[in-house]
Amino acid sequence: MEKFEKLHGIAAPMPLVNIDTDMIIPKVFLKSIQRTGFGANLFDEMRFNRDGSEIPDFVLNKPQYRKAEILVAGDNFGCGSSREHAPWAIADFGIKCIISTSFADIFFNNSFKNGILPIVLPQEQVDILMADAEKGENARMTVDLEAQEITTSDGQVIPFDVDAFKKHCLLNGLDDIGLTMEKKASIDAFEAQAAQARPWV
Amino acid sequence: MSAKTLYDKIWDAHIAHEAEDGTCLLYIDRHLVHEVTSPQAFEGLRMAGRKVHAPDKTIAVPDHNVPTTEGREDPAQMTEESRIQVGALDKNAKEFGVHYYPVSDIRQGIVHIVGPENGWTLPGMTVVCGDSHTATHGAFGALAHGIGTSEVEHVLATQTLIQQKSKNMKVEITGKLKPGVTAKDITLAVIGETGTGGGTGYVIEYCGEAIRDLSMEGRMTVCNMAIEGGARAGLIAPDETTFDYVKGRPHAPKGAQWDAALAWWKTLYTDEGAHFDKVVTLRGEDIQPVVTWGTSPEDVLPITGTVPSPEDFEGGKVEAAARSIEYMGLTPGQKLTDIEIDTVFIGSCTNGRIEDLRAVAEIVKGKKIKDGMRAMIVPGSGLVRAQAEEEGLAEIFEAAGFEWRLAGCSMCLAMNPDQLSEHERCASTSNRNFEGRQGYKGRTHLVSPAMAAAAALTGRLTDVRDLI
Repeated sequence: MEKFEKLHGIAAPMPLVNIDTDMIIPKVFLKSIQRTGFGANLFDEMRFNRDGSEIPDFVLNKPQYRKAEILVAGDNFGCGSSREHAPWAIADFGIKCIISTSFADIFFNNSFKNGILPIVLPQEQVDILMADAEKGENARMTVDLEAQEITTSDGQVIPFDVDAFKKHCLLNGLDDIGLTMEKKASIDAFEAQAAQARPWV
Repeated sequence: MSAKTLYDKIWDAHIAHEAEDGTCLLYIDRHLVHEVTSPQAFEGLRMAGRKVHAPDKTIAVPDHNVPTTEGREDPAQMTEESRIQVGALDKNAKEFGVHYYPVSDIRQGIVHIVGPENGWTLPGMTVVCGDSHTATHGAFGALAHGIGTSEVEHVLATQTLIQQKSKNMKVEITGKLKPGVTAKDITLAVIGETGTGGGTGYVIEYCGEAIRDLSMEGRMTVCNMAIEGGARAGLIAPDETTFDYVKGRPHAPKGAQWDAALAWWKTLYTDEGAHFDKVVTLRGEDIQPVVTWGTSPEDVLPITGTVPSPEDFEGGKVEAAARSIEYMGLTPGQKLTDIEIDTVFIGSCTNGRIEDLRAVAEIVKGKKIKDGMRAMIVPGSGLVRAQAEEEGLAEIFEAAGFEWRLAGCSMCLAMNPDQLSEHERCASTSNRNFEGRQGYKGRTHLVSPAMAAAAALTGRLTDVRDLI
């Protein structure tokens, strides 16, 4: 997994609440059995007309946001399906950080596995960042994971919380499976004990 | 020892390792796998030279993207992506040696129907699957939730998941339900109350008389949509209804093992005085047959209601409601029972079980669906289909004008060719009414099987209580 340390980039505003996984990547694009290539269809039904032409009003089609690396989004982002195609599409497009008042649980976990940092902040602070994102391409935000701080384009610093283990994995680009396999003795011991206690499982 | 919730008890029984910061390795008893969210996980194992840690605890079945029309074993009937995904699952199941129900097996069906039906899902277990509706299995008092593909790979490789414990939430439905009101109405009414983010960070335990009175099928419907309320999982404490359902299923314990299992299962309840971080209580008597008007499962109203106006909402929901009303082609103030329906879909992991089909048959027996109506019934598994045929339900459906399909997820997520066309309006027993969910620009109203049956007869959203 790619490391996430410090990001200085354009933030795109998407204030709509309940942006769901079918909006992020409609199921007709879940065709591939690879993890890559989904970015072309990110937000497909909001981003493109049926004939493939762009919908100019959609935020990521606006010239100032085409290279956005941060999304500032409405409440309950990523609700719906467990499909990891959603964060794959977001990462493939080039977005590395999403800021909202809340995220759906599975999407939140999936994001960390793909080098994307989801940040939860109170409404007032999301409002400040949304207003900053509205300024367009000259307004670049900085997200510093090590320091757990976002710096707005005019220098305002907003701290954020992140789970220590998830932070460690993102900062170092660590593979969860490898880390868990180091605890194989614990898993084996658990299995031996469970086989005694609940042999029917 | 302090009082524990049901969730606390199952959680504590499955911790394989706990780090100082509270991050746990949760041991997984059952891992269900389907064709859409697993290929990349198996590929990851292959590339790292890893094996499936516990193939005997891993059950694979294709469901999301299989055709539901006759003759589907012939790959020529499948779309290209379906052939690729189902082909990959066939290959991976064989290569890694996991249990497998191919399309040609009568036990094939929607993964969340197959698990319980075959006795794979048992009380007190941890169950995961690369599908958000894994919450369904919580009906057995199993801790069950959806995971992403990276986590699928993690479970395949280690039989554990890295987890932080969620908070406890209690949803109590007191009293009795009124006639015409079903488990689907309960679960939608709860989401209408809490919102789609109301359960985020929680595991819900559903309890109360109205929940106790439900069959296992009804309990699965309730837990299935816990995820639509944002919860990690939904749980119902196991009781005699649960034990009766489980007993005798192919993979349920037998003999002395059954007795030992039963003794443990009977300890799986929330202790008196255990702490819940959040409590929601609804009166069963107050719940009415409901329908969704918008594009979020929280957009729920009793069928007697009218389409709301964006001004009825606050904050970000104002814009979302305006967008939903436009997408759905509705007018604020319009009576819900005046909304005309083009299509009826009955099926899915929410409502594709035998009891759901019986509820439909009760409404449509001896009647015809509205002229021009497209109506399909997709049983949740080959076994459900066979049972419905044995009980004479299939004949009732076909005589009424329904298409009677083979098992799969079908139009619930419309990955296969079962899709809505632009602006086609559907009364659906599925679980999501998101934009484009059932087809590009398709319009979905979520309802119970009985309400879907009523809509099929009248051609509009209908209060089923007028027909019973």
